[in-house]
Amino acid sequence: MVEFTLPKNSKITQGKTWPRKASAKRETEVRVYRWDPDDGQNPRVDTYYVDRDDCGPMVLDALIWIKNNIDPTLTFRRSCREGVCGSCAMNIDGTNTLACTKAMDDAKEPLKVYPLPHQPVVKDLVPDLTNFYAQYASIEPWLHTVSPTPETEWKQSHEDRQKLDGMYECILCACCSTSCPSYWWNSDRYLGPAALLQANRWVQDTRDEATGERLDKLEDPFRLYRCHTILNCSKACPKSLNPAKQIAELKKTMVDRQL
Amino acid sequence: MNAPRRIVTPARRVRGLGAGHSGTTTFWHQRITSIAGIPLTIAAIVIAVALLGRSHAATVQILGSPLVAITMLLFIITFAYHMWIGMQEIIVDYVHDEGFKYAALLGNTFFVFVLAFASCYAILKLSFGV
Repeated sequence: MVEFTLPKNSKITQGKTWPRKASAKRETEVRVYRWDPDDGQNPRVDTYYVDRDDCGPMVLDALIWIKNNIDPTLTFRRSCREGVCGSCAMNIDGTNTLACTKAMDDAKEPLKVYPLPHQPVVKDLVPDLTNFYAQYASIEPWLHTVSPTPETEWKQSHEDRQKLDGMYECILCACCSTSCPSYWWNSDRYLGPAALLQANRWVQDTRDEATGERLDKLEDPFRLYRCHTILNCSKACPKSLNPAKQIAELKKTMVDRQL
Repeated sequence: MNAPRRIVTPARRVRGLGAGHSGTTTFWHQRITSIAGIPLTIAAIVIAVALLGRSHAATVQILGSPLVAITMLLFIITFAYHMWIGMQEIIVDYVHDEGFKYAALLGNTFFVFVLAFASCYAILKLSFGV
């Protein structure tokens, strides 16, 4: 059943306010979700004050600044710091996005930072994406062929290659899937926008020879058809992709092969 | 409260019972009934407005005339089917308890059938005056 309230041990409590830097002239108040699996406490929201003259402009810069200058226990994932790797996906100012490409000045103050919604939390801002990755693996995101492998490359026209634009750029940050209410309620059976966008990427790839088998695996009331075109996915995507459009494309392809 | 402990790999959990091999027909029928519903709703409103302030005898005569009766029957069947699919989708989305889910799905089906058959019966009775 859908749960509209958090379980008892997930209810957020008042956290601590960390001391401000005395010399700071320009500050941004940042409220960060904290949860430690080892201390047996409920999650809390801590308040930090970031010295903007000593810190870069992005939310990720602020988190790194906090970790370096105030609280080394703050835990989050990051790697490329330029929107390519998808590691620092989190819920910032109420929207799932990448901390590295979201400017602090583009968000309301106090800046609220939470982990991606409706996923188990490993620690602080780190969600457990095991199920998300397993769903991606389940759509078998590689070329399937039956023809003998050509001596050079598998050929594709420029026009057909262009059909993959808007799909191949996905960095699997999980912003879209974890913003989707259908995914919140049914992530055990619904693949979610990220995996479905990737599924369509292989369905539409003219070099792939397993289109029918791929569609067979998606022909399911849950895997594909829990999408109700809510469009949170397209709104959240930090790479400006349109997962909802790709899911619609999949549904259209499904209808095409029946009529 | 004490759910049985399950130790399964993420792949097993995601693959589950495999694809159900259905869904597209439901999706397509939902679209067809939506489109059919547009002219039928307009027609039903026109008929309802035409009935305003009429006597019982005139109402019976209008609703019983072939064109109006057939329009109303199509309206009832289209929306009963549309409603049945829509409610089923909502139940499947939100109700996860197995027992409650099947009870709700059955209830939805029975409700839609009773409503549709009773409405069709009323129109046919007016048409044929039995």
